[in-house]
Amino acid sequence: MTEKTDYRIELSAITKSFPGVLANDNVSFAIKPGEIHALLGENGAGKSTLVKMIYGIMQPDEGEIRWEGEAIKVANPKAARKLGVGMVFQHFSLFEAMTVLENIALGMDAKISQNLLEEKIREVMDVYGLKLDPHRIVSTLSVGERQRIEIVRALLLNPRLLIMDEPTSVLTPQEVAQLFETLRKLSATGCSILYISHKLHEIKELCDQATILRGGKVVGECDPKQETSKSMAEMMIGGDLKQIEKDVKTEFGDPRFVVDNLSQVGEGDFGVALSNISFSVRAGEIFGIAGVAGNGQNELLMALSGEVPTSNADTIKLDGKSVADQNILQRRKHGLCAVPEERNGHAAVVDFSLSDNAILTARERMNLASGGLIKHSEARSYTDNVISTFGVKTTGSASPAGSLSGGNLQKFVVGREIMQNPDVLLISQPTWGVDAGAAAAIHQAIVDLAENGSAIIVISQDLDELLAICDEMAVINEGKLSKTLKVGEASVDEIGLLMGGIHGDPNANQDSVENAHAH
Amino acid sequence: MNDTIIISIIMTVIGASTPILLAALGELIVEKSGVLNLGIEGMMLIGAVVGFAVTLTTGFHLLGIVVAMLASTLSAMLFAYLTLTLTANQVATGLALTIFGIGISSLMGEPYVGKTIEIFSSWFPASLAEHPQLRVIFGYSPLVYLSLILTISVSYFLKKTRAGLILRAVGESDLSAHSIGYSVIGVRYAAVAFGGAMAGLAGCYFSLVLTPLWSEELTAGRGWIALALVVFAAWKPSRLLFGAYLFGAIMTLELHAKAAGFSFIAPELLAAMPYLATIVVLALISLRKSSGLAAPACLAKPFKPST
Repeated sequence: MTEKTDYRIELSAITKSFPGVLANDNVSFAIKPGEIHALLGENGAGKSTLVKMIYGIMQPDEGEIRWEGEAIKVANPKAARKLGVGMVFQHFSLFEAMTVLENIALGMDAKISQNLLEEKIREVMDVYGLKLDPHRIVSTLSVGERQRIEIVRALLLNPRLLIMDEPTSVLTPQEVAQLFETLRKLSATGCSILYISHKLHEIKELCDQATILRGGKVVGECDPKQETSKSMAEMMIGGDLKQIEKDVKTEFGDPRFVVDNLSQVGEGDFGVALSNISFSVRAGEIFGIAGVAGNGQNELLMALSGEVPTSNADTIKLDGKSVADQNILQRRKHGLCAVPEERNGHAAVVDFSLSDNAILTARERMNLASGGLIKHSEARSYTDNVISTFGVKTTGSASPAGSLSGGNLQKFVVGREIMQNPDVLLISQPTWGVDAGAAAAIHQAIVDLAENGSAIIVISQDLDELLAICDEMAVINEGKLSKTLKVGEASVDEIGLLMGGIHGDPNANQDSVENAHAH
Repeated sequence: MNDTIIISIIMTVIGASTPILLAALGELIVEKSGVLNLGIEGMMLIGAVVGFAVTLTTGFHLLGIVVAMLASTLSAMLFAYLTLTLTANQVATGLALTIFGIGISSLMGEPYVGKTIEIFSSWFPASLAEHPQLRVIFGYSPLVYLSLILTISVSYFLKKTRAGLILRAVGESDLSAHSIGYSVIGVRYAAVAFGGAMAGLAGCYFSLVLTPLWSEELTAGRGWIALALVVFAAWKPSRLLFGAYLFGAIMTLELHAKAAGFSFIAPELLAAMPYLATIVVLALISLRKSSGLAAPACLAKPFKPST
């Protein structure tokens, strides 16, 4: 059944369910040639599932996909590529220990000699202004460069539909601008682009059309250029967007957490060395640390929390006490609580119940154990308290941490630390993979804790988040911390340049420096 | 020391090294695909007993070798089914495979204990193979030459071929390989099958070339040395060859010491040398920080694709 159509791809009534969840419910939309179409929605709205079906990684239970008017079945990614569908994944599908060239070769279906492939790669890079060295090992590249590999890989197949899954979540503002330029060039050649994101200002800037998903259903279609970010956000979450209540403060208390010239060698092959890190956080202040992933954030968190103590005790001072040589337990006794980035296995033991997880970090400060014995009833009531205060959706304190959704578990681990009323709270990626509602709740809790006189350090890759809740911030790049900037005075361009640092390819930075000067 | 002694030392070292080289080549491919099969010892024993039994009954060495490789591959497929399809723990399953191999080979080998067959010896004319000097080049079993050809082939396969690239990709990041559209489980099955066949070949070398007879636990822990060798070689075939001959030299130390009349070191200690060397090598390697890059990132991690 072939009929004339104006659309490159049409989805009609696509339904996909997993045990216990309806991931996509009767989803329909269509994309024209050359159109940049946004797929908007919160985490868990079903965006990723939907594109995985277009790319052939999963199969729809019901519904039809039509490619240029013809009903098709996409059996696997190979079939999708043959049709002309390219995909750039949110979590890159790259092989760390291999070269750029080998990585691209793996994404090609046709047999092609290395030399010819390299020639083609250079051709594509010239056309779209992408810069990469084909012989570098991927593990030595910045995140922006890694994304370029994925894009080149997709472009080499001359795609007629390119799917981009949350492409900007790990890029600096300058890298985002560069990416958008590439995408516009591509759409001008007639390639359709399906752009998945929850960053509304980007969608307003880039996209021609948007489909909004909520709970697996299409809840609206709009022209993003005609909408405000707020109206789209409300369609996305299906309710009013709660604004964070935060007073602009100029007065802070005494410094509570002072880091002075902290240096540490990197662990293993991929570890980043920290060098001469200094900053201080006062009572009531929220201090943000921005940076592109893999620039020493994890190492910094572990050095600050006490997971990796340093021999020179004076490099970290907590309310005037030198604590840098103490371990995480000792620091916790002195009032420092920490929430690491990874929820599963780092912040929480997946197979343990919530109350056991609470005991793991709160036993000292909340007196949940004495004489080597666990006080189970106290632990349960503390856990219940965290669950009710932070609105964690769970069946109770006995349910295993792994049974909670990402956002709920994040609310729980953040709540578990905040309810201990720490003097200093250290928190990494507080809202990573968390939906807007839960994110707002977590942000509010952090702001409220600061109101009560605690000093807070937030490490995040999400610049919008830091700008929204922090008083002061600095940027970490290759293990070095920039000068401290006052939020409200620093421009996004300035922060972006600090994030780029000397990482990445020199030409790109040259461009962005010039751009920044032009502004 | 005269020529004859040197030549005979070289020949015993190469003889002792070949089975661990063969088994380690197989395991190298298995581990490059991201699977850790600790069952080499068991698969070698199955190969050894089957190869011996078939050769004894039919009189054809080649038939014995082929059937032995099939039998070991079959046992490897059992491992693959449990670990890849049912995602059982690879370490536990591998150990179970070794214990299974020891048991079943003893059972199957019962009737053959004490019997002998003709050695699977050099195919070159006796004038070359038994020449006092030239035998250092021509005097080996065909399996020795095969092991060298296989080393080069495996190296070429991994470095130069597309299939080798895909194999490495699967071991490096199973999720990425899956999302690009490669069959992770399929590639791993193939790798485990190859590992099984190579272990079978290595087992045959014991029962058809080295001893030519069957006794219980004939391979005497050489499978474990092959396993250590893969780590020692940092998953590189060329270093595997070097490492195998180094271990072979250590293994034959006892023999040569006895022949040379050394008596100030207890022979038991010399016999323990290869195992001690294994422990020392593994300890030294884990001390070295940069070794992390060499190991396939998905080694021994079970893979479950989302559907």
